[in-house]
Amino acid sequence: MERKLMSGNEAIARGAYEAGVRFAAAYPGTPSTEVLEFAATYDEIHAQWAPNEKVALEEGIGAALAGSRALVAMKHVGLNVAADPLMTASYVGVNAGLVVVVADDPGMHSSQNEQDSRQYARFAKVPLIEPADSQEAKDFLKLAYEISEKFDTPVILRSSTRISHAQSLVILAGRHEVPIRPYEKNIAKRVMMPAFARPRHVAVEERLQKLAQYAEDTPLNMIEWRDTKIGVICAGISYQQVREALPEASILKLGLSYPLPQQLIREFAEVVEELYVVEELDPFFEEQIKAMGIKVRGKELFPMTGEIHPNLIAEKILGRPLAEKLEVPAWEEEPVPTRPPVLCPGCPHRSVFYVLKKLKLLVSGDIGCYTLGALPPLDAMDSVICMGASISAGLGYEKGNPELKGKIVSVIGDSTFFHSGLTGLMDVVYNQGSTLTIILDNRITAMTGHQDNPGTGYTLKGEPTVALEIGPICKALGVKRVREVDPYDLPALEAAIKEEVAAPEPSVIIARRACALLDKSPKTALNIDPEKCKVCNSCMRLGCPAIVKTEDKVTIDAALCVGCGVCVQVCKFNAIVKAGGEND
Amino acid sequence: MTKTTSILMGGVGGQGIVLASKLLAHVIQAHGKELKISEIHGMAQRGGSVLTYIRYGDEVASPIIEVGQADIILASEKLEAWRWLPYLRQGGIMICSTQEIKPMPVITGAQKYPEKILEKLQELAAAGKLGALYAINALAVAKHCGEPKAANVALLGLLAHCLEFPLQSYLEALEAVVPEKYLEVNKNTFLLGYQTLMRQQ
Repeated sequence: MERKLMSGNEAIARGAYEAGVRFAAAYPGTPSTEVLEFAATYDEIHAQWAPNEKVALEEGIGAALAGSRALVAMKHVGLNVAADPLMTASYVGVNAGLVVVVADDPGMHSSQNEQDSRQYARFAKVPLIEPADSQEAKDFLKLAYEISEKFDTPVILRSSTRISHAQSLVILAGRHEVPIRPYEKNIAKRVMMPAFARPRHVAVEERLQKLAQYAEDTPLNMIEWRDTKIGVICAGISYQQVREALPEASILKLGLSYPLPQQLIREFAEVVEELYVVEELDPFFEEQIKAMGIKVRGKELFPMTGEIHPNLIAEKILGRPLAEKLEVPAWEEEPVPTRPPVLCPGCPHRSVFYVLKKLKLLVSGDIGCYTLGALPPLDAMDSVICMGASISAGLGYEKGNPELKGKIVSVIGDSTFFHSGLTGLMDVVYNQGSTLTIILDNRITAMTGHQDNPGTGYTLKGEPTVALEIGPICKALGVKRVREVDPYDLPALEAAIKEEVAAPEPSVIIARRACALLDKSPKTALNIDPEKCKVCNSCMRLGCPAIVKTEDKVTIDAALCVGCGVCVQVCKFNAIVKAGGEND
Repeated sequence: MTKTTSILMGGVGGQGIVLASKLLAHVIQAHGKELKISEIHGMAQRGGSVLTYIRYGDEVASPIIEVGQADIILASEKLEAWRWLPYLRQGGIMICSTQEIKPMPVITGAQKYPEKILEKLQELAAAGKLGALYAINALAVAKHCGEPKAANVALLGLLAHCLEFPLQSYLEALEAVVPEKYLEVNKNTFLLGYQTLMRQQ
């Protein structure tokens, strides 16, 4: 049988195809992004980028009510944005199946927090499904649609970085065509005003009871009996880590992990001598199992933070590590330098942060590549909270401390602005703030790997569409001072920022230049003339990875330099020139 | 469970670790083994450390490799070899490019690029702690063949000596994975990397 090596995300998309899904929507976010990118490769699935996760889920709800199986994908923090529709979608139920794929990021490989999204299943009272590898990601997603339709509920399929971004072999199946279900109007079930919502809440509680019964018998939950001395309850990636660490232990593997199969848990607990729960982040299972009056060990052994790896499991449960460390001689302790991500050579964001630092302004930051402007040597950011917070928190800074007025700059990317910057900017106007908003318009959603957004003029499927213009949007929101600057033009950029931050009313600068990684035109690297260079380090303050300092000189790495010319404008001695000649 | 082989690939964003792991996956899959590959990306494109775990055998549970567990480390940059060295098991094999890419804290002078990494690795090898140490300038090999971005393919040539799969499987993987346009240069880079070790021995 042919098997294909697939990441968890690719397998989820394949599962959607096989399950007859017709509609899929998402906003990109690591580690969930590729779910929709792969879904878009199937002609049978209408897949689209939404401007944010709330919009994506609402579209999914509409599509499911209309009669098509629908999938919505997001990273964990995206589910916060989509939490509002989720809570009430639980009351409304579905027509055709609706699955919300959420990818958590324990260890925060690429996120601003490591919240445990399983809590949302309990919060919204919807079933939670957790696959442990790519094969399960595909197969469980298909089952999730059956559960969604059988119990009339949205279903959460929870992945994590080690599921979404790990590849394993998958047996493929064909597409099961699910016809569009007939649409029937049902005001009492779908219009959630108090009189109609009250009976729906009762229905939700009854549904949860039925789901708990289903959890006892579903093949998603199963006991693997091995040695009964040690028994472990786990789900998702923790199952693989437990198998690695404790190959002899019996395991209750939860695939449908909310609501819990209480009877199955009791049965397992009665047989094994020592019962453990291994789960990353919150004691989600542990607290529920303890509430059942069962003695179990979990967070007294394992951390609430980060990933839980096999070595730690072996140490805590068996009392010995899995592997012996490599013995090395007693070398002089020398710290290993970190290699943090940096803004790319030629990144159009760099000059903006260079100027913001130079002018000593307070920078309310946001989520994207440009968050890296917070790192040395730029250091030009004061806070980063969540998508869109730059503009609204900037207004808060102004209202919260009059001394900061006239120094506050909110910095946000084009995609993040479309995601959730508009309402904040509207409020700066409405509540008569005077902050400067700089929209770093690099014409793409760059951080997650170059996805289209409402400003790029293309859809997820690569079809041309309307390209929204940021300038007119800002003006329509009531901002009178809106101007565009090329961030490669350092004097113009600095003049604009100085002028606009001092303005006594809301202002917007659109720093527009395409992401340097998208510009495929031939590049001419720059060169430093050692005769002219006084090693004053001015160019080093840009934090460009192409500019390298050795003991007594500064050079440009021709393999990295894209010739953006920002450093040329920083050099007081005219020492930076195009390779082999003078500047124009 | 039977023995699982664990290979850790470490490098810097943009060095082409992904291609090397794809090629190796193809080889492993062609021989009917179970495998898991775990990648950490996201911010990797911005010049950060890149890390890929490849594990294969008759059965593979965890997709990750921890301290002291890697049978082989393939590092496409010297500092990355040093960074991941603790992940090597006793008697494991270190394959490393001698290329240096200075990270931002070193560029700004906040931290120092460690000295004598190769000497220390050689010291370990001489003391019998490593199964083998193979260090070549993979970038120079790749440049010589005409595509500096293929440096990892040269290292894959070294790796081919350390695994149980025949040379032919790697060539088939190259043909299956690499686009026609770049096939010749990648094949040459792989073979030159492969031959480098034969010359060393």
